[in-house]
Amino acid sequence: MANIIDTRGLSCPQPVINTKKALNETKEEILTVIVDNVVSRDNVRRFAESQGCKVKVEEKKGEYFLNIEKGLAIKDESKSKETEKVDNIVFYIKSDIMGVGDEKLGRVLMKAFFKTLVESKKLIFVNSGVKLTIEGSEVLEEIKELEKRGVEVLSCGTCLDYYNLKEKLRVGVISNMYDIVNSLMEADKVISP
Amino acid sequence: MGGRPLTAMNIVCFPVKTMDISILRDILKGGIDKIREAGAILIGGHSVEDSELKYGLSVTGTIHPSKVMTNTGAEPGDKLILTKPLGTGIINTAIKGGMATEETIDLVSRCMASLNKTASEVMQEVGANACTDITGFGLLGHAFEMIDKTNKGIIIYASKVPVLPEAINFAEIGLVPGGTYRNREFRGKKVELDPRLSPYIADVLFDPQTSGGLLIALPGEKALKLVKRLNERGIAEAAIIGDVIDDNKERIQVKQDD
Repeated sequence: MANIIDTRGLSCPQPVINTKKALNETKEEILTVIVDNVVSRDNVRRFAESQGCKVKVEEKKGEYFLNIEKGLAIKDESKSKETEKVDNIVFYIKSDIMGVGDEKLGRVLMKAFFKTLVESKKLIFVNSGVKLTIEGSEVLEEIKELEKRGVEVLSCGTCLDYYNLKEKLRVGVISNMYDIVNSLMEADKVISP
Repeated sequence: MGGRPLTAMNIVCFPVKTMDISILRDILKGGIDKIREAGAILIGGHSVEDSELKYGLSVTGTIHPSKVMTNTGAEPGDKLILTKPLGTGIINTAIKGGMATEETIDLVSRCMASLNKTASEVMQEVGANACTDITGFGLLGHAFEMIDKTNKGIIIYASKVPVLPEAINFAEIGLVPGGTYRNREFRGKKVELDPRLSPYIADVLFDPQTSGGLLIALPGEKALKLVKRLNERGIAEAAIIGDVIDDNKERIQVKQDD
């Protein structure tokens, strides 16, 4: 069943805001937005297209019905093939901070990164990245949660040894260079935050 | 353009039953600050109870009859200078939709609250052929008035036009006020847009402005001098954005670059 958002009687930018909210919340593939003026019609269409949706407009007695296909455009181009065969995405985490620059900021970013990440096949932690899988790590819970969902979590053994943290590892398993290299080679996509 | 304001009267419509009276106090306070800055005095006003808030000023000023600056009189070869960035209509729509950052709200508020007083004074020092202010019809609408019923045309260089940050992004996601579409419909036929131009830039060029800047036509050498002086006096965004030409009668050509 399609979702219907009726924005008749509302003036800009409310129809766009309502569409945005509905697109974020709906699980349906198609969202129908009803507007009663051309400005809202064009603005809602623009908004939906800017989000990668396909939009079809029908006019009925001066009112416009916009059928928005949610995210199809994006999926068609890049995601569909990969999502079908369950993407082998490996996150290769080389440091305990995200990006190059201020360390405090890097920590905040890394925390936000793990709070945002929902899907992956494997997480590989090397060098100071291993500080994220040990006792006291700010993102330990998030990584445990990912592990529960079937994500493999590997921490580089040499690195844990080097930092003297082997005893403190609290999530995933200790891994070696052979496994790490293989994992990277087999991955469809390797992402380093 | 070019006059000196002397007195101002408040005109206020206010929903006194539904809105906190302190809001009205703040508005009037802001108004009087600007009246003083403009060198005028407040001499009273009128107030009406209304369901929608409205505020304005009725201003009286003086000008020497030979120094009245109108929006006609631009000559072929003149350069066009714009003194404030565009995009207030689109950004105000985004603010209404709760999509603008504090930083953008602050910037656009300061832009709208800044007077054209200094720009006008500097323009008169340097001397110009024509001047208008950019308000509800947008840059292209008001620029067209400069060449309406003449043999002249205008070229605008989109890359030279100062634009408020985020305005183009907001246009892209459909936070465009109705006035922008109406302006485009009204004057679109008089405007030739470079096909390489992003449609969102075109929106900004048609965007209705609240308290927009001045659009000034004057010969090339003077134009360089004026921009320099405007920049020195703190009007950092002022820039040469186009040419008045002896060709392409009553039409505006928008090019990406010069």
